[in-house]
Amino acid sequence: MPTPIITLTHVSRTFNVKRHLIKAVDDVSLTIEEGEIVCLVGESGCGKTTTGKMIAGLLPPSAGTIAFRGQPLNQMTREDFRKYRLSVQMVHQDPYASLNPTHTIYDIIAAPLRHHQFTRSDAETRARVRELLTLVDLTPPDDFLDKFPHQLSGGQRQRVSIARALTVQPSFIVADEAVSMVDVSIRIGLLNLLTRFRDQFGMSFLFITHDLALAKYFAWEGRIGVMYLGRLVELAPARDLVARPQHPYTQVLLSAIPEADPQVTRHKPRIELRSMDVPSLLRLPSGCAFHPRCPRFIGEVCERVVPELAQANNALVACHLIK
Amino acid sequence: MLPTLAVHNLTIEYAARRGAVQAVRNVTFDVRRGEVLSLIGESGSGKTTFGLGVMRLLPTTARIRHGTLIYRRDQASEPVDVLKLNGRALREFRWKQVAMVFQSALNSFNPVLRISDQFADTARAHGYLQGNHLAQRAAQLFERVRLDPERVWRAFPHELSGGMRQRVMIALALLLEPRLLILDEPTTALDVLTQRNIMDVLKELRHQLDFALLFISHDLSLAADIADRVATMYAGKIVEIGDVFTIFQSPRHPYTLGLIRAVPTLTGDRKDLTSIPGSPPDLIDLPTGCKFHPRCPLADARCRREEPELEDLGNGHQVACWNWGIA
Repeated sequence: MPTPIITLTHVSRTFNVKRHLIKAVDDVSLTIEEGEIVCLVGESGCGKTTTGKMIAGLLPPSAGTIAFRGQPLNQMTREDFRKYRLSVQMVHQDPYASLNPTHTIYDIIAAPLRHHQFTRSDAETRARVRELLTLVDLTPPDDFLDKFPHQLSGGQRQRVSIARALTVQPSFIVADEAVSMVDVSIRIGLLNLLTRFRDQFGMSFLFITHDLALAKYFAWEGRIGVMYLGRLVELAPARDLVARPQHPYTQVLLSAIPEADPQVTRHKPRIELRSMDVPSLLRLPSGCAFHPRCPRFIGEVCERVVPELAQANNALVACHLIK
Repeated sequence: MLPTLAVHNLTIEYAARRGAVQAVRNVTFDVRRGEVLSLIGESGSGKTTFGLGVMRLLPTTARIRHGTLIYRRDQASEPVDVLKLNGRALREFRWKQVAMVFQSALNSFNPVLRISDQFADTARAHGYLQGNHLAQRAAQLFERVRLDPERVWRAFPHELSGGMRQRVMIALALLLEPRLLILDEPTTALDVLTQRNIMDVLKELRHQLDFALLFISHDLSLAADIADRVATMYAGKIVEIGDVFTIFQSPRHPYTLGLIRAVPTLTGDRKDLTSIPGSPPDLIDLPTGCKFHPRCPLADARCRREEPELEDLGNGHQVACWNWGIA
């Protein structure tokens, strides 16, 4: 078997918030193959962004190891870690906040090229910036070089963010809600752009989103992982996860999502939760963290024992119902 | 039957250094008694400006160029010319007749006041119930929005979750029994399960109480879920309006069709999706003719020249497109 590009082994991350210990990510194991797209979905506070930041090397795990092409990050030399940080790039949610408003588009894209010495002369830099803008469909590139971020639409700004991430020729991109803030009509265009990079350059993606329909569209041949209160509760091929969810939480989520078709959405079978209260990360429920809300709660075992991810058909599911 | 709100030729602009931002352009439609009308469109299409215009809450840079808004509480009541209201009459109109819930409920509350005090403030401003009577009325409303009155009444806003705050805000909006409730992206910042809960609460409320709902959202699936009728807005104009089933099953405006095709669904196939090329127009420097023509697959010479007005296709379905016949 080829070495996965990213391997997470029992990764946890805690934060100290006002003298309380918060477990943002708890014992997550996950591998991402070269050229694979994995989407992480879940509600706010489930740990998906923290997981993304750890993979991007922006945040060290509190426990467990993350390996890049088989090499653990915490055993890397300074030089290897620097190279790793270039290989893994992050695209953030808010294209209004992630670009420096006083820099032109040219400056924004040229800076990393020069800093990391990907280009050696002004002429070369200029040519490469043009090439990158063309790659993200900002054409003709000369129309954009001297513009400032505020002169571009949200979608165009997000394309600039993507072009900037591509300057250092990454092999892995962590996209955190990267299309959530752009208009509905142009989201698909952005996702298709990212898919094209996968097809052309063999790039791998961790795509973090709260939108399961979007995750299914983007992952398609890849996998979706569902997180709940810091733990990975289900991991399955994208279309299987949506068509045949196995974890009760995934089932509840899918039943709650409205669909853009009045016939479908009004006749969707609804699964009711046992409780609407979202537990606080400060006081996580014992055993399976979903048990106080779980519609398929089966008793004491759920309150006492944390279920491990177990193979169920072609998925991994962390639930006591799965034998 | 006379509508709750009749909007006629409403045009709202914002003053900007580069020129006038044409946020709402010649909008004409009715909000019918007791219906849920969903206003859909992308950011910058004028949805929120329209809602603020109805509430007369526009910022000082905005100007209502022309148009009328006629509100009728009941069939028998005198029509109110909303744009002519001033002073006391305007304050009474807001909240007693029309109430609005904004996207971010946290920012809608005073952080240092308990929920009970915020209700008391609103009630006092309108000479409504006080003390125990107010608490009882609030408790009824909390139960209608599935909140525990004990938990909520004495709480500070920060002690409540986002979904709870939004439901408190809906209860507060309904306190004075308005006949029109405007919800502007009420679930946008909320999680899926919380959103589901709010949508279910809204559906229950409209069967229990008598009010019309103007539901503003960029999310088509929420419109599909709750609306009786849907109006699509593009560049400040209503480009299509009709029954929710008609709009989703046989949209006639290329923009509505484009929006529906651009949203991934859980059951849909990948190849059915296409995005709309280009981006929304600059509202200061609008394209000539139909404002959608630079992005439209059906655009021809006439579309570049003349802007189409809403045309009646029967059954209350209206569309503003020269080429609706081939859409």
